[in-house]
Amino acid sequence: MAHTLRGSAAIVGAGQAGIGEAPGRSHFDLIADATHAALAEAGLKLSDVDGVFSATMVNSMPAVSVAEYLGLRPKVTEGTNTGGSSFLAHMQWAALALQAGLCEVALITYGSNQKTGAGKFVTTSEVVPFEAPYKPRYPVSAYALAAARHMHEFGTTREQLAEVAVAARTWANLNPEAYARGPLTIEDVLKSRMLSDPLTVRDCCLVTDGAGAIVMVRAERAKDFPKAPVYLLGVAAENWHRWVSSMPDLTTSSASRSGPRAMEMAGVGHADLDLVMLYDAFTITPIMFLEDLGFCPKGEGGRFVGDGKLRHGGGFPLNTNGGGLSCVHPGMYGLFLLIEAVRQLRGECGARQLDAPKLALCHGNGGHWSSQVTAVLGLEETL
Amino acid sequence: MTIELTAEGPGPERLWRDALAAGRFTLPHCAACGRHHFFPRVLCPHCGARTTSLRPASGRGTVHSTTVLRRRPEEGGDLNIALIDLAEGARMMSRVDGMAPTAVTIGLAVEARIVTEDGAPVVVFVAGEGA
Repeated sequence: MAHTLRGSAAIVGAGQAGIGEAPGRSHFDLIADATHAALAEAGLKLSDVDGVFSATMVNSMPAVSVAEYLGLRPKVTEGTNTGGSSFLAHMQWAALALQAGLCEVALITYGSNQKTGAGKFVTTSEVVPFEAPYKPRYPVSAYALAAARHMHEFGTTREQLAEVAVAARTWANLNPEAYARGPLTIEDVLKSRMLSDPLTVRDCCLVTDGAGAIVMVRAERAKDFPKAPVYLLGVAAENWHRWVSSMPDLTTSSASRSGPRAMEMAGVGHADLDLVMLYDAFTITPIMFLEDLGFCPKGEGGRFVGDGKLRHGGGFPLNTNGGGLSCVHPGMYGLFLLIEAVRQLRGECGARQLDAPKLALCHGNGGHWSSQVTAVLGLEETL
Repeated sequence: MTIELTAEGPGPERLWRDALAAGRFTLPHCAACGRHHFFPRVLCPHCGARTTSLRPASGRGTVHSTTVLRRRPEEGGDLNIALIDLAEGARMMSRVDGMAPTAVTIGLAVEARIVTEDGAPVVVFVAGEGA
């Protein structure tokens, strides 16, 4: 019997704002801009929102602060911060809240102005007692340690890592909203400045401004809105550690559990998927997630991507917006995976549009490989 | 010298730091499952029982992974950051001193040293006999 959450809620509005640089606008301004766009798509008023789900890089009570800024008095206020995966997890809680009748219109939103506001990657100020003495630079050092181990165990090469960045750029070059556009070669990636071996600055995601918002309602009313509803078919969250020194296995994340669980809930197999959106904070992350999610055997991720199949036209549509590597990465990126999937499923993606996709898998990553959340989204015909 | 852990008074992290300040590198040990872990904490992450004691660490280990954080000279220059698999079966973040940061390799046998940095004792490793 299908899981009761499968297809119980749908996204009926999606909006972005300030993608790239938005000088002079606060993260709340950008959240409101994206919210306005998402609600306008759905033909809803701000006052219709009675569930607010948000996490930010800067607020200790993010959903409460967002609700205040928007002038809302929501029945459901949910601000769990699991890092960049938060917004996929928020979909799970929103679907549950909608199903239980705790709210009618759920808003999931995120924004940051860290490019023009702070001028650098904003990260946690939390002191990590058993890592701090060694002065790691977060998050790059944590991902570099896993990349180095992956190379050691499986023979993954820097060229294969670089291919992930090059492939992302081929998609970004077709996306007018993408922040980093223009030619990028394997050589460019290899020769760019080393940050934390083996990762260069081009192996790392962008630092940009940007905000996103999606609006969810129960499936029973999802067809009453202007745009084709995008249904949540499956979702699962896992976390096995917080900091990289406690990661049980540097080359296997808990995506190896969240992926199968989400796909089982959705009742879909790998061959059914038309689009895969994987959190690409660093070039190593999609390689490991492709393995953990079962698209290739453990250890084969480097060789899997090495033939260029991730590039536009390469036959494996991944991160079609250009990803965190070339489109947008305002601190936490998970929500933008979902928005790109919604736009692809609706057929709104212009030059980068896939041929009538129906099913998308989105995978969000939070912390240092810590929180892993997988979601499967689909059009009405996949219900 | 083994330090017994109790449910009252200073907790495992404080006692671990006190021992380190006295020149002793210890590891939490759980009598219920017989395993060591790191970092120190009240409940054993392997079995959930109360962590029993802090036992003297052999100090021997193997580099599990390594990276070089590239920093400008005025920031202190290139810095090694490593994850060390300890002979007792636990893993910790540290760094390998006594060689170029880029020369540290996965699988390198290392042994612990206690150094003082910013006024606090810190466990680092040098090439050695290993685990």
